[in-house]
Amino acid sequence: MPLKTAYQAKVEYLQIMDENGVVDEKLAKDAMGDQDILELYQYMIKCRVLDETAFKLQRSKRMGTYPQNKGQEAAAIGAGFSLKRGTDFLVPCYRENAALWMHGLPMHYIFLHWMGDERGNQIPKGVCQLPLCIPIGTQMLHATGIAWAFKMRKEPRVAMTFFGDGATSEGDFHEAMNFASAFQIPCIFFCQNNQWAISVPREQQMNSATVAQKALAYDMPCIQVDGNDLLAVHKASRDFVERARSGGGPAFIEAVTYRLADHTTADDARRYRDSDEVEAWVGKDPIIRLRKYLTAKNLWNDAKQAALDEAAKQNATEVVRAAEGIERPAIADIFDYTYAELPRELALQKQTMRTSSLGQRPEQAGLSAPGVSANHE
Amino acid sequence: MPRTEQMIAQGLTLVDAINEALYQEMERDSRVVCLGEDVGLNGGVFRVTEGLQKVFGLERVIDTPLSESGIMGSAIGLAMAGMRPIPEIQFEGFLGPAYDQLVNHAARYRTRSRGAVTVPMVVRVPVGGGIHAPELHSDSPEAIYAHTPGLKVLMPSTPYDAKGMLLSAIRDPDPVVFFEPKRVYRSYRQEVPEGDYTIPIGQAKVVAEGRDLTLVTWGASVHQCNDALDTLPEDVSVELIDLRTIAPLDVDTIIQSVEKTGRCVIVHEAPKTAGFGAEIATTIQEYCFLHLKAPVQRVAGFDTIMPYYKLEQEYLPDAKRVSEAVMQCLAY
Repeated sequence: MPLKTAYQAKVEYLQIMDENGVVDEKLAKDAMGDQDILELYQYMIKCRVLDETAFKLQRSKRMGTYPQNKGQEAAAIGAGFSLKRGTDFLVPCYRENAALWMHGLPMHYIFLHWMGDERGNQIPKGVCQLPLCIPIGTQMLHATGIAWAFKMRKEPRVAMTFFGDGATSEGDFHEAMNFASAFQIPCIFFCQNNQWAISVPREQQMNSATVAQKALAYDMPCIQVDGNDLLAVHKASRDFVERARSGGGPAFIEAVTYRLADHTTADDARRYRDSDEVEAWVGKDPIIRLRKYLTAKNLWNDAKQAALDEAAKQNATEVVRAAEGIERPAIADIFDYTYAELPRELALQKQTMRTSSLGQRPEQAGLSAPGVSANHE
Repeated sequence: MPRTEQMIAQGLTLVDAINEALYQEMERDSRVVCLGEDVGLNGGVFRVTEGLQKVFGLERVIDTPLSESGIMGSAIGLAMAGMRPIPEIQFEGFLGPAYDQLVNHAARYRTRSRGAVTVPMVVRVPVGGGIHAPELHSDSPEAIYAHTPGLKVLMPSTPYDAKGMLLSAIRDPDPVVFFEPKRVYRSYRQEVPEGDYTIPIGQAKVVAEGRDLTLVTWGASVHQCNDALDTLPEDVSVELIDLRTIAPLDVDTIIQSVEKTGRCVIVHEAPKTAGFGAEIATTIQEYCFLHLKAPVQRVAGFDTIMPYYKLEQEYLPDAKRVSEAVMQCLAY
C-alpha cells in the first residue's frame, strides 16, 4: 500500500495595510471603511496616551506594577471592533485595554485595578467582559465555558478570548482549544503574539513556525495576520466572529505584533533584547501607519492631530482624577465578597478585626470588648 | 431517575440518592448541566449519573474530553454565564490538574470582581479509601479545599443527607466541592423522601446523643465511629457528631456538645498533620478551654502517602482505633 496523505493544511498570512500606510486595494475591498478607521485611530491615540500616563503614575509611585499595551493597540481594538457591544463577550488577559474600554468598561477601572483596588474588576451590569486575568492562559477556558452557555441556550452570541504567545505553552490553552473544537463552541481565540513572554523570545517558547498552526491540531480554522495592521486584524476577526455566530464553530487568530515596552513596569527589557530589534518594530507602529494612511487620504492633518493630542491628554487627566479620587475601599469589602453570605467565623473576624479567640471574645479573659473597627480607620 | 422496585422496597443507596437529586434538580431547573469524564452514556464510573443523559440529552449530560482542568475551567465559564454546571471529577486524586482553576479562579471570582462575576457550581468528587482502588483513587484532600476562602466543602455520609445536601449545594450561589465517600456509595440502603427537601449547608448532625465524650467525624468515618460505639462498655455514653459540612464549620454544634462532655475525639481518614481535625481541636480549645477534662484526641490517617490497597485497612481509622482512643480519653 502506498502512503497516503492523511491530513494537509496551510496557514495564511494577511496584511492589508503595510507599515507605510499603503493599502492593498483588492484585499481592502470589504475591510473597514474610512470613517471607522478614523474613529478607531482616535481611540488608539487616547489609549496610547493613557498607557504612558499609567507608566508615569507607576514611576511616581501613584500606581503599582503596570503592563504597557504600547504597540499592540491595533490588535486589541481591531478584534474588539468585530464584536457586538453588550452581546458578545470579551475575556482578556491584560494587554487589551482598548478593546475593553470600547466595550463599555469605564477607563479608570483599569487604572484602579493596577492601583491595587478590586473595584477596577467590578464590571458594570450590561458590560460583557471578564476582568483582567493575571495568571497566564487560564482565562481561555472561562471564555470557552461562557460561549458554551451561549450555544446551549441557542443565543447568537460569541466570546473572544485574548492571550499572548507564551500562553500557548500552557496546558489550559490546549484544553480550551480542544473543548471548543470538540463541542463546536462559538469562541474565538485571539493570540497577541508580541514576540516576548517576559524575557523568553517566541522562537525559544516554541519550535512551531507559527502560533496559528497550533489550531490545526484542533481542526480549527486559523489565520496569521499583521497584528499592527488594523484592517487585517479587523477583517480576520469579523469573518471568524460572524462564522461562529452562525454556528460555524471556533477559530484562531494569530496577530503578529510587538511589545514595544517592557513586560511590566517591574521589568527591564534591555537585559534581554537588542535595541536594534525594538527600533525596527517602532517603525511598524500601528499608529504611525494609520496616520500616514489618513493623511494621504486627506482625512487627517497636523492641526487635527494637535487637537486630538490635547483631547487625549485631557481625557487622561480625567481618568486619573476618577481613579485617584475614589474613596479608599472599606475593609469590610474583603469579607463581604468571599461568599454571598458571611459564614459565622468570617462575620466574627469582620466584626472584631481579630482572628485570635480572645481578641474576638475578650470576655473569656475577663476583659471588655474592644471598640469595633477602632484601629483600622 | 425514577425509583426502581428495589429502591421502593428497600430504600436508596448513597449513589441512588445523589442520582435522584441530580434528576429532580435537572427537571426543575433547565440551567443545570452535568459534565465530566464518562458521565453520559456510561453513567459515570460509579454510575452516579446513570440514565440522566437518556432523559436530558447530550446537551445537558456531557461526556467531556479527558481533561480535568478543561472540565473545571469551562464549568466556571458556564457558571459565570448563568448556567448551573455540575462538573464531576472522577476521583479526588484528579483534582490535582484542576486545582488551579478551582482554587485560583472559582474560589476567588466573587471577591476579585467585588460581586460582579460569580461561580455558582457544584464540583462532585468521589473521595476516600477502602474500595481497593488503584493509586491516587483513595485520598482525602478535604482540608486543602476547606483552607481555600471562597469554597464550601461538603461531605455527606448517608443517602438521606446526600440528597438534601446536594440540592442545597446546587441552589447555593457559591462554588461548592461536594465530596462523595465512595466507601459508602453502596454499603447500605436508607429510606429517603421522594420529594424535594434541603439540608442547610453548614449544619452538623448529632447522630447519637451522649454525655461522657464527643466524637466528631464526617464522611465514611461516621460508619466506623458508629461501629466503635457498639463495642464500648454499656455505661459509656458518647455523643457522635457528623459534620456533613466541613467548610463553613458548624462551631455551635461542636462546642455545645463539648461543653457538656468535656472530652473530644476527632476522627478522619486524611493524614493527621494539618488535617481538618486540627482546626476542630483548636476551635474546641478556643471556645471550651475550661470545660476540657482531657486533651482533644485525633484518630486520623497516618502522615504517610496513602498506601496501595493491600495495606489500606491498616491505614484507615477503624472501629478498634476509634474505641481505643475513646477509652483512653475517658481514662485521662
